[in-house]
Amino acid sequence: MSQTDKPENEKKGTAMIKVEHLVKRYGGAAFALDDVSFEIGEGEIVGLLGPNGAGKSTAMNILTGYLSTTSGKAEIGGVDILENPIEAKRMIGYLPEQPPVYPDMTVTEYLRFVYELKGCGFPREQHLADVMAAVKITDVKGRLIRNLSKGYRQRVGIAQALIGDPKVIIFDEPTVGLDPKQILEIRNLIRNLGRTHTVILSTHILAEVQSVCERIIIINHGRIIANERAEDLARVIEDNTHFRYAIVGDKNAVLDGLKGVQGVASVTPMNEREGDAFRYLVEGKRGVDVRRGVFRVCAENGWPILSLGAVGDDLESIFIRLVDRSDKEIDRK
Amino acid sequence: MSAIYKRELHAYLTSAIGYAFIALFFAVSGGVFVYTTLYAGTANPANYYSSMLIFFVILLPILTMKSFSEERKLRTEQLLLTAPVSIPAMVIAKFLAAMTIFSSCTVLCSCSFLLLAKYATVRAATVFGNLIAILLVGGAFIAIGLFVSALTENQLAAAIGTVGIILTFFAVPKLNSFIPVYWIRFVLSGVSIFSRFSNFTQGAFDFSALLYYLSVMAVFLLLTGRVYDRRRYR
Repeated sequence: MSQTDKPENEKKGTAMIKVEHLVKRYGGAAFALDDVSFEIGEGEIVGLLGPNGAGKSTAMNILTGYLSTTSGKAEIGGVDILENPIEAKRMIGYLPEQPPVYPDMTVTEYLRFVYELKGCGFPREQHLADVMAAVKITDVKGRLIRNLSKGYRQRVGIAQALIGDPKVIIFDEPTVGLDPKQILEIRNLIRNLGRTHTVILSTHILAEVQSVCERIIIINHGRIIANERAEDLARVIEDNTHFRYAIVGDKNAVLDGLKGVQGVASVTPMNEREGDAFRYLVEGKRGVDVRRGVFRVCAENGWPILSLGAVGDDLESIFIRLVDRSDKEIDRK
Repeated sequence: MSAIYKRELHAYLTSAIGYAFIALFFAVSGGVFVYTTLYAGTANPANYYSSMLIFFVILLPILTMKSFSEERKLRTEQLLLTAPVSIPAMVIAKFLAAMTIFSSCTVLCSCSFLLLAKYATVRAATVFGNLIAILLVGGAFIAIGLFVSALTENQLAAAIGTVGIILTFFAVPKLNSFIPVYWIRFVLSGVSIFSRFSNFTQGAFDFSALLYYLSVMAVFLLLTGRVYDRRRYR
């Protein structure tokens, strides 16, 4: 997909985050970011995906003003982060990969410090109480951060990002170290935040992206290789050739029938049953969609198809195939 | 900026290092006062302050070694650098916090001369001049310490590096007499932190020395800011 071909969703609201031709090189070495452009609208939740070292953290560090760019432009709410960093930083809440907490402070002391650091204007204690309640840390507010479990520290880190009610919230791996129940709570929190805030979520947990994000940006080797609405991502992979069928009928007859369909490369019975149907894995030749042919054969022979699923249209497979494809493209170059 | 300043003071006053510094400072000061003033039978504060200066070479790096290196190690610097606070404000806040602890200790220890004034004639101007001088030199050491602390995430390395730089300043006038070239001697004696100390100890106000110490502080604080700027552009 070309990087200028933006999905419809990107136009939702006015652009809160605008990145244009961002380039970052570390010490003149390889590109950490190579001509990256994207926009994120107000009230949008966008997932940032990519293998380790792809450039996700670099992108987030630039957006938060922690790193400078080699060239290109990054704007938060219309304010250039390089030209007017203080103003732009006021609009951002950031949870880095490792929560930036001071072990020698209590939770309340720490959040008061962050409140002052960000120069917030709300009634302090009420605001802190709201934030602590939102991430469920009120019960540990008097404890030293040093003595908190990893999950609680992570949540204190999230609370810190929410202080001052920033318009843009950037989370780097927000659910690391949380138990499954806490993970669901934090995902709900992020979903709720997305109603009124712009959220960027970087994570390795693909299910998290799928359940929370409206749009997914995949980065590999410093370049954007996909920028799609979550449900459209499968479209990016055009060479879907593997399908799983459950078909009622004599196993050998069905097997022979399927093998006779034009474009079918192989049929593998799966030794599984679904009611009175057998399951088969059908592989089509590259570039051929065998589903129509299979339907016709089954209809002609009176074999009901109970289920049909494309193999590899889950986010994980799409992600791996996209990254593999971009790796191959880079190798070719 | 005030948030970082308060946070720094909080860190000093809730950590073992802060208390170790204060305890050591008072112990050293007490010992030095006894030897240089009471045993020597003099009410002249010059010896006390000159001797304290030597102990600062070890004491002040204890105060500054954590400042930036700890932030880097804990990754809390990411919070500071992504907050709406400028790098100079962050550096100055940390400098002022260290200065607050150091000057409080120094001023409190100088109260020994108030007690002494009950039994002997103590010239207030001399004490005051010495106090100003030692605060200025201490400020210069703290600025050096902050700079080295910004270079590493290892506290021990920060402390040793600071001692190294301060000792270099110490060694310059001693080595100077071995250098046969006049202009090098002239420049090096100008750089020496300690040669400028003596006027103050006699109770005279040396404006050029004041300017010199303020410049050393400014240079090292600017360099500290540069370290952070450079890391952003690495």
